[in-house]
Amino acid sequence: MERLEFEFPAKRTISQRAHVGVVGSNDLEVLLEPLGGDHAQVTVVTSVDGFRDQWSAVLQRFFSTYDGTARIQIHDAGATPGSVLLRLRQAVEVSEA
Amino acid sequence: MSRLQGIDFIHRKSFIELNARARAKALLDEGSDRELLGPFERIESPWLPMQGVTPQSEDGCVVMKGTIDGAPAVVVALEGAFQGGSLGEVSGAKMVAALDLAAMDSQAGKPTSAVLLMETGGVRLQEANLGLAVVAEIFASVLTLRRHSPVVTVIAGTVGCFGGMSLAAAASSYVVMTPEARLGLNGPEVIEQESGVEEFDASDRALVWAIHGGTQRYATGLADVLVDDDVAQVSRGVRECIGKGPRTEHRSEQVALYRERIAELDTSQQFDPASLSAAWVRAPGEEKQ
Repeated sequence: MERLEFEFPAKRTISQRAHVGVVGSNDLEVLLEPLGGDHAQVTVVTSVDGFRDQWSAVLQRFFSTYDGTARIQIHDAGATPGSVLLRLRQAVEVSEA
Repeated sequence: MSRLQGIDFIHRKSFIELNARARAKALLDEGSDRELLGPFERIESPWLPMQGVTPQSEDGCVVMKGTIDGAPAVVVALEGAFQGGSLGEVSGAKMVAALDLAAMDSQAGKPTSAVLLMETGGVRLQEANLGLAVVAEIFASVLTLRRHSPVVTVIAGTVGCFGGMSLAAAASSYVVMTPEARLGLNGPEVIEQESGVEEFDASDRALVWAIHGGTQRYATGLADVLVDDDVAQVSRGVRECIGKGPRTEHRSEQVALYRERIAELDTSQQFDPASLSAAWVRAPGEEKQ
């Protein structure tokens, strides 16, 4: 198990938190909540070690379109990058519904 | 039970496909649900990360308070996709607290029934002793609450309900199952591992379901209601059980009946699931639907 921390610049204040997904095989859980300030914080706890670069790349792609000042916590059980992006977008959809 | 067929089958809303949170929400009156100790409270298992296992924010146990047909109820749903729905220190404590609060309310003149959505292999092995202890506590709490208000166990599938939690299911006032669900003390793989593949072939799905499956458990009177995998049917089954109120005599109190049934079995030859369901008619007062 590995714990990774990331920060990305952000500017838009969000008002609603969201929780999606489950820590099941090849899946992940995302908790997204308002943080405020001028950046977003991401904490990843993953069961698969040694994939910091891949997490960084997936999150960079996500934050190329998302600008919410959010605190995002991810509990991962070996999801593929595609699943990670889908869950993140689902969390945004719930949070902005 | 009326089996859904044709167009009804296609248009049904599957209960099994819902996650624990959605299952709990689906059973409570619309708009009455309020999750207690939800994911943002961040009460996770402290033991899993120490063993390199990613925890889940609510430890795979969703507790929701609300009403069912206007009466207070609490639903506890185990998430089968997380660690096989296993009971650890945190998830178990949440279930115990929910049951105990329902018992306190019931004793104080506000009858509160409990619905347990079991998708679980039992004790979480990573939390061994704490898991065992909490299963004992759950059992005690079910025994307390069932005297005052109905405790309804729902086993929808596809994980099923095994290990220590099968005891809690057996001690419940009522058990609702689908044909896809399984209920048993030892899971098929455990029996095969301990007694050999000649004794029980866990890869033989037809055999496993013929013995542990909801249809057989209902036929032998160990489950009270058999419903299809459909939100409306499961909900109706739960409401029907709650409507009956607390039981006067629980299955687990019918010691003489079950001793007699076991004594009457002819063990000189191998009996099969069909002959068992023919011999074990449903308990008195529980006519087949």
